[in-house]
Amino acid sequence: MDSEGKRKILISPVTRIEGHAKITLLMNEAGEVSDARFHVNEFRGFETFCQGRLYTEMPTITPRICGICPVSHTVTSVKACEMIQGIRPAHTGHLLRKLMHHGQHISSHALSFFHLSSPDFLLGYDADPNIRNIIGLADKFPDIARRGIRLRQFGQEISERITGKKIHAMGIVPGGMSYPLTESNRQALRGWIPEALETARIGLDLIVRFMKENHQMVERFAVFPTHYLGTVGPEGELELYDGNLRFMHADGHLLQDQLPPHRYLEFIAERSVYWSYLTYPYYKPLGYEEGRYRVGPLARLNVASGMKTPLAQEAFLSFKKLNGGGPVHGTFYYHYARLIELLGSIEEISMLLEDPQITSADIQLHGKWNYPEGIGSSEAPRGTLFHHYITGSTGQLEKVNLLIATGQNNPAMNRSVLEVARQYVKGQDIQEGMLNRVESAIRCYDPCLSCSTHALGQMPMEIEVLDPQGAFLFRRSR
Amino acid sequence: MTRKKLATFWLGGCSGCHMSLLDIDERLLELTRVADIVKSPVVDGKHLPPCDIALVEGSVTSDEHWQELLHIRKQASTLVSLGDCAITTNITGMRNYFKTSAVLDNAYRHMPSNDGLGSMPDDAALLSLNDKVYPLHEIVQVDYMIPGCPPAADIIFYVLNELLNDREPDLEEVKKLKYG
Repeated sequence: MDSEGKRKILISPVTRIEGHAKITLLMNEAGEVSDARFHVNEFRGFETFCQGRLYTEMPTITPRICGICPVSHTVTSVKACEMIQGIRPAHTGHLLRKLMHHGQHISSHALSFFHLSSPDFLLGYDADPNIRNIIGLADKFPDIARRGIRLRQFGQEISERITGKKIHAMGIVPGGMSYPLTESNRQALRGWIPEALETARIGLDLIVRFMKENHQMVERFAVFPTHYLGTVGPEGELELYDGNLRFMHADGHLLQDQLPPHRYLEFIAERSVYWSYLTYPYYKPLGYEEGRYRVGPLARLNVASGMKTPLAQEAFLSFKKLNGGGPVHGTFYYHYARLIELLGSIEEISMLLEDPQITSADIQLHGKWNYPEGIGSSEAPRGTLFHHYITGSTGQLEKVNLLIATGQNNPAMNRSVLEVARQYVKGQDIQEGMLNRVESAIRCYDPCLSCSTHALGQMPMEIEVLDPQGAFLFRRSR
Repeated sequence: MTRKKLATFWLGGCSGCHMSLLDIDERLLELTRVADIVKSPVVDGKHLPPCDIALVEGSVTSDEHWQELLHIRKQASTLVSLGDCAITTNITGMRNYFKTSAVLDNAYRHMPSNDGLGSMPDDAALLSLNDKVYPLHEIVQVDYMIPGCPPAADIIFYVLNELLNDREPDLEEVKKLKYG
């Protein structure tokens, strides 16, 4: 493909070489920002190259979509496989998967908060970018940095102690698990709980204090109403591993409740757009314009009626007070919601480790191909994830549809960029700090980066501004 | 001994190799005592200065990766292919069995959830996919390869620690060194 005949946008050589996040702003006649385009620039093609493979290979192939949330992909994949086989997992296999899934939520949320976001809160948004990272944090706040690193380590160690590997572990299989948890490994994991709980509470205190001290910024930061999607248990409690879907309208009423995930196609559609490799999903009954919804920690807390564990429930009640019980629309509150979930995951792990069945050898049932179609879902750290497989009678895949969490947040990320740009760009003038704020708006979503910007924390970023006719006006980068 | 400059890059891959790098946990702070991380998805750094060691994760899937890799090779004294995608193209290279146009067409036109009302991604700001996914050494000279999907954290730490201390890593000695 070459760029001839396309809309004229100049890309500087630096951008080409160093993989900047790219954003285009469109101006109207009055010199205001009328639209924003967040260019998600990565494509690997899993939906196509999995065609022709056996469906049973998918739990091994799909974790390679993302090295940050591989367990969510594997869990979702084996659920789709189990629907094809018409079986349910063995009881202890089910418990171990939950344990691993919570472990991954912990490492992913710890990475997002301690490694990538807390430098903003502790060193300041406008601190020197060269130190605004986990290493700079270790200099100034060694205890927090060390705790964050160790909390992530705890999450990763859960996978290692069950399967022998931290990332892209084998062992989560259709029918359950192929490795048990030994008693000595159970004891070793239990030993982590007090420290992990304390670190999560320190993180939660930190974000609550930051929100108090920066109330105005937090309240104004990329606030816009959307609908929300999350998974809930039978009582409407927040669920990460298994449950039904709940859609909440921006005004707080429930659009759908206890919706089995295999009906997702009735309620979610997506549109391809020319400016991004990431599509724009929407809530189908309301259409592309009105159907924008968000997923992930903020969405999950918004749709849930409660948490399953006491400390997380207490924090949940404070969260609910932010908007008098209604959905919280401020994008900044993703951080807050993430920490409440983190606390809840540690508590749930603690409970799972006390379950006498957790070390049982009843870990795997065996099935075979019975039905052509399988749909699995779970809550990945960044939101609801769907795998949909259609197979022929030999079990070979004919169609694969993957609806990833960050994809579903894509329309909202784009909107967040627009909101920040409207605040900071007037005419030819981009206010100081605008690029940092755009970056932190995107970072709230903790985008699953293998499918988006390829920056974990700091984003090299370039913004181009176009006039109403689409002609290049000017460019800013950092 | 002067402080070394270390950079890490992420081309067409899943970030799992970078996550495994982070799995060295507190030893990360040990490394930063002897080296500056001048550019990495984990810490930023605006432009890549000349550096001593570059770890590169992922395959080359597009024109942008290609340019970026040439630039890295120019700037880095030692270039390390980190993980199976960089070395064999691994899962990322599975699309080599398909025509690129068919891969794109399927993803953006024929998904069951696609509403059929959109358009193919073709903005000038987007990267252009190569017809083939390449491992790094088909494009530039690579000095070391650390296999694994991802390589275990202990191996990454061992190799980095040797290189940063001007020692030759002995990969024969490294336990757990394997593909997959």
